[in-house]
Amino acid sequence: METQSLLVKQQNSKTIVKSPSLWKQTYLRLKKNKMAMVSLFFLMFMFLLSFIGPYFSPYILDRTDVANMNQPPSASHWLGTDNYGRDILTRLMMAGQISLTIGIAAMFLSILIGSLLGAISGFYRGIVDLVIMRLADILMSIPGLPLLLMMGAILSEWKVPAEYRLYLIMIMLSFVGWPGLARLVRGQILSLKEQPFMQATEVLGLSDRRKIFHHLIPNTVPILLVVATLNVAGSILSESALSYLGLGVVPPTPSWGNMMDAANNFMDFRKRPWLWIPPGTAIFLTVVSINLLGDGLRDALDPKLRR
Amino acid sequence: MSDTLIEVSNLKKYYTSSKGLFKKLSDPVKAVDGVSFTIKKGEVFGLVGESGSGKSTIGKTILRIQDKTGGEVKYKGQDIFNLSKKELRHLRVQTQLVFQDPFSSLNPRIRVGDAIGEAVVEHGIVSKQEVRAHVLEVMEKCGLSPFHIDRYPHEFSGGQRQRIVIARAMALNPEFIVMDEPVASLDVSIQAQIINLFSDLQRENGLSYLFISHDISVVEHLCTKIAIMYLGNIVELASKEDLFNQPLHPYTKALLSAVPIPDPTAKRERILLKGDIPSPINPPSGCKFRSRCPSATNLCSEKIPEYREVNKDHFVACHYV
Ligand SMILES: Nc1ncnc2c1ncn2[C@@H]1O[C@H](COP(=O)(O)OP(=O)(O)O)[C@@H](O)[C@H]1O
Ligand code: SF4
Ligand SMILES: [Mg+2]
Repeated sequence: METQSLLVKQQNSKTIVKSPSLWKQTYLRLKKNKMAMVSLFFLMFMFLLSFIGPYFSPYILDRTDVANMNQPPSASHWLGTDNYGRDILTRLMMAGQISLTIGIAAMFLSILIGSLLGAISGFYRGIVDLVIMRLADILMSIPGLPLLLMMGAILSEWKVPAEYRLYLIMIMLSFVGWPGLARLVRGQILSLKEQPFMQATEVLGLSDRRKIFHHLIPNTVPILLVVATLNVAGSILSESALSYLGLGVVPPTPSWGNMMDAANNFMDFRKRPWLWIPPGTAIFLTVVSINLLGDGLRDALDPKLRR
Repeated sequence: MSDTLIEVSNLKKYYTSSKGLFKKLSDPVKAVDGVSFTIKKGEVFGLVGESGSGKSTIGKTILRIQDKTGGEVKYKGQDIFNLSKKELRHLRVQTQLVFQDPFSSLNPRIRVGDAIGEAVVEHGIVSKQEVRAHVLEVMEKCGLSPFHIDRYPHEFSGGQRQRIVIARAMALNPEFIVMDEPVASLDVSIQAQIINLFSDLQRENGLSYLFISHDISVVEHLCTKIAIMYLGNIVELASKEDLFNQPLHPYTKALLSAVPIPDPTAKRERILLKGDIPSPINPPSGCKFRSRCPSATNLCSEKIPEYREVNKDHFVACHYV
């Protein structure tokens, strides 16, 4: 006992070198990555613009203004107006709300379904694993976009009202997105289970709860975080493609994709670039930023993963 | 006998891999194919064999980290594959395992102090308030500085990590530890330090070890008894002195001939084994060693040599001993 208290004293008198937590270390590394930080700030700006911006807009979203159709950018309409005389900037901000929300919601749904099914597969193996993984294989063997196009066409055929299509699109995107995530999580769990440090938890007689919550999950979260980030970019891109083709979010609900529809019309494309350049730029910069942030996150989370 | 700690009889472990739903099971890997030995209290038992001979499999199976295929393992007279959940938890405190690779056997996301202390708290050995003091005490014993306690494993060198792994095992005050090639991945200069730590801990705490190594010279200083493994079987088992002075099995002789001897004038013929170790899926008939044995005959391919006691406490499996 004496040696114990002695040690404690000794250790208290010396300043103990406590390493910052791994999350903090990650943040510190991320902060050093300029590209990732610029992307992060741009994304924050995009969010603020989309969700707060409309409150400062003097224009009402769907109000048509016949007197001001197809105006080029000016002091009153910073990004011009469209064929109905609606303010492009206002529509762009509202479309941002829709596109970002769909991207993030689809990501959460995919992660939820994917990691749940993947974890079940990896933990229980056997027939459950077999069924889930075959299902994932089948879905993954069909290219995502054609599948989405098909489903989008069905929605149009059934004449689903515009306000419901939003939610159906989120579900469609996660339907296409979960198999990859399920595989990833399953693979992670299988390889973690074989890691000596997981076998060590068995040797130490730790409870299942502790094994799962203190050892397994914290080791899957980092990679999941990276994939989730990249998944948002993928979802935004798919949604834009669908909406551009008129099979995703349909007017009057704005989305970056369906605003791009203007580029389909030769006159608009040639003569009125303010119709399609702003949504195109928004999609491009947002997706690139998310990807850069995801890459930065991956490097920051585990320097060993760097390729 | 009362001082027998662990008794392994005819232990078998086959790995089967089913490939797909409709394909039939492929041939099993007979990683351990009928192995018997006993370890007494306070004994350091060496298990030596080439990579792939089934050493790690034995180590994991006798601690019930994985299921057996056949045979029996008794710890203090109790069949460990027949324990209640509570008894199994108790076994987990009494027995520990130190893995070969100190890099992958520590969870990268858990601080050193938590890694050493978490099981101690879970098993109620010390309370949450006292665990830090307990951890510091164990760390000191294992040659770690107290100010390492709040760091992450990746901030340490291989030797220090192995000390952390050892401290994690020692924190539970076990009686029996399986050491699975604990120094094989360390620098030679560090190896000696860690081996000294093992013998100090063993003497101070009256521990028993199963010490696994592919290199017979590593176990030489530590072990009292040595078993030589080849393709899932023990081919020779004897006290260290008997084994080194009077090896009987051709495989043991070959292994010992490769160990450098301190006396440079003494001459010893180096026995070179031809070929590689065969696959455990499809081992040679009869004596599994016959494909590489310098003294193999027809009998060796027809009949499996019996594992028998040739001299007192000296077991060999070879027709010509
Ligand atoms: N989990 C496993 N699944 C299938 N085969 C395995 C597994 N673990 C080990 N083996 C096989 O069993 C044999 C013995 O392995 P192991 O006990 O690790 O040998 P050693 O520790 O002596 O190198 C090897 O042929 C190895 O490929
Ligand atoms: S039984 Fe035959 S092959 Fe096997 S070790 Fe003895 S002599 Fe060699
Ligand atoms: Mg091994």
